[in-house]
Amino acid sequence: QELQASGLPEYIKIVEVGPRDGLQNEKVIVPTDIKIELINQLSKTGLPAIEVTSFVSSKWVPQMADHKEVMRGIERHPGVQYPVLTPNLQGFHSAIAAGATEVSVFGAASESFSKMNINCSIEESIERFEEVIKSARNMNIPVRGYVSCALGCPYEGNIAPDKVAEVSKRLYSMGCYEISLGDTIGVGTPGSMKKMLEAVMKEIPLSALAVHCHDTYGQALANILTAIQMGVAVVDSSVAGLGGCPYAKGATGNVATEDVIYMLNGLGINTGVNLCAVMEAGNFICTALNKKTNSKVAQASFSTGTI
Amino acid sequence: ASGAYPKRVKVVEVGPRDGLQNEKNVVPTPVKINLINMLSETGLQVIEATSFVSPKWVPQMADHTEVMQGINKFPGISYPVLTPNLKGFQAAVAAGAKEVSIFGAASEMFTKKNINCSIEESLERFDEVMKAAREASIPVRGYVSCVLGCPYEGKISAAKVAEVSKKMYSMGCYEISLGDTIGVGTPGSMKEMLAVVMKEVPVGALAVHCHDTYGQALANILVALQMGVSVVDASVAGLGGCPYAQGASGNVATEDLVYMLNGLGIHTGVDLQKLMDTGTFICNALNRKTNSKVSQASCRL
Repeated sequence: QELQASGLPEYIKIVEVGPRDGLQNEKVIVPTDIKIELINQLSKTGLPAIEVTSFVSSKWVPQMADHKEVMRGIERHPGVQYPVLTPNLQGFHSAIAAGATEVSVFGAASESFSKMNINCSIEESIERFEEVIKSARNMNIPVRGYVSCALGCPYEGNIAPDKVAEVSKRLYSMGCYEISLGDTIGVGTPGSMKKMLEAVMKEIPLSALAVHCHDTYGQALANILTAIQMGVAVVDSSVAGLGGCPYAKGATGNVATEDVIYMLNGLGINTGVNLCAVMEAGNFICTALNKKTNSKVAQASFSTGTI
Repeated sequence: ASGAYPKRVKVVEVGPRDGLQNEKNVVPTPVKINLINMLSETGLQVIEATSFVSPKWVPQMADHTEVMQGINKFPGISYPVLTPNLKGFQAAVAAGAKEVSIFGAASEMFTKKNINCSIEESLERFDEVMKAAREASIPVRGYVSCVLGCPYEGKISAAKVAEVSKKMYSMGCYEISLGDTIGVGTPGSMKEMLAVVMKEVPVGALAVHCHDTYGQALANILVALQMGVSVVDASVAGLGGCPYAQGASGNVATEDLVYMLNGLGIHTGVDLQKLMDTGTFICNALNRKTNSKVSQASCRL
């Protein structure tokens, strides 16, 4: 990864999680054709990776019940990755059958969160993922690993940076090509982000790290800036800031892709993404969801007539 | 790269003036007074109380004399007021003000549209205020607007910002607050602008006044802190929209700023819970939701 004179990466890969993480955490469920249209619009913005859906039982996540139809229905643009979540082997096989060529698994740095979320310990969840990762490697399917609660847990509170490093290292050594460190409840600040990354960077190469910041406490861009100042060059975000926080009713969740790109543009960092095109996709999905955008850039641009 | 952060940051609370001035609803004098009194209990050391400007121009600040005379003035807390000219300055001092602020801009067009004169003419006007303030031993804070962009001119050169800041500092302002008036700045432009300004004004005399219209405020403030700035303006509950982008947000929320500074281990002396309670009070009075994400999130947990 080349660094500019400023010490910042020259290029940052944006991983768009709106269609999955975003829509999964919205109150209103959108029909399949709207999801497909959203993803198709996002495919034309220059985004290099778009998280499409989740192959999880519709009993647990009804918003993602149409995972097969969405996977089969979207346009696949060359140069764009379309990862999907696969919490277990069954989901993995289903994903492959539907045409997935990249998958993601979700670990957590908190035992309580793991227990409450997927009803097993961190160790048990990792054993479950091991099956997925083994099968994926056999088929040359890349696997991305997520670590939740990297900067705090809704149940345990503070999370030790060493714990985050430990879980990240497990997932990485099992074969995940990238580890996305998630501030699941958005409580992190540049202070805790720095400490956590310092611990994780001892175990995992910088080029394999991503940050997934939530904006619940308004800290996301400051946290992302801290991460990129430390050399992290992959950032997750959600168009229009889709996806509230299930742990703080009414509060926001994912950071808005538009706001991230605006900041990176201002820093002279290349993302390959067309900001206006993302704002248009954001406008489309917000209209479909009958909600206002969570992106301040989109809000301001709309108000000043820039779009 | 992220260098060392200041150990302490002075938070300048602008909600009662900049905030309320830019809100749609006008609050009655007793509510303003109560707001300022509540803010005085949070540990904030500087609270911008009101503006001694003609009510013809700024009706929301028409009660400036009553507010200034009505608030509890705690020792150790400064209550600066805006004074756009000598007349306003004299009225402010008569009402008990012990610190005043004057507003310049780094953009000619903004100055023309805002106060109908050139930057040079505005500084001549302020010279009168500076002289009178010096004689009365009243400290003067200088604001420079449009430091990272102008709604009319677009891009603003860092050299221009440095030039205006230097003039105001050498005229006698003890501190220069650099304002990203329309919130278009990013950590990139903030860094570039500060590097140039810091050649002309000592960093200890600089403050940043960031607007969150494009969501960039905290990231911009972070960069300013990394460059040694240790005075930051903010508005409780993020009061004050942006007059140039209808419906968009304006001032950065004090709660969100303090949350970040706490997380960085930087001392502010501010009690976040009391601050949030104050934000709740004024939002109820204004019949609006808070613009502070910290306040929004904490309510539900």
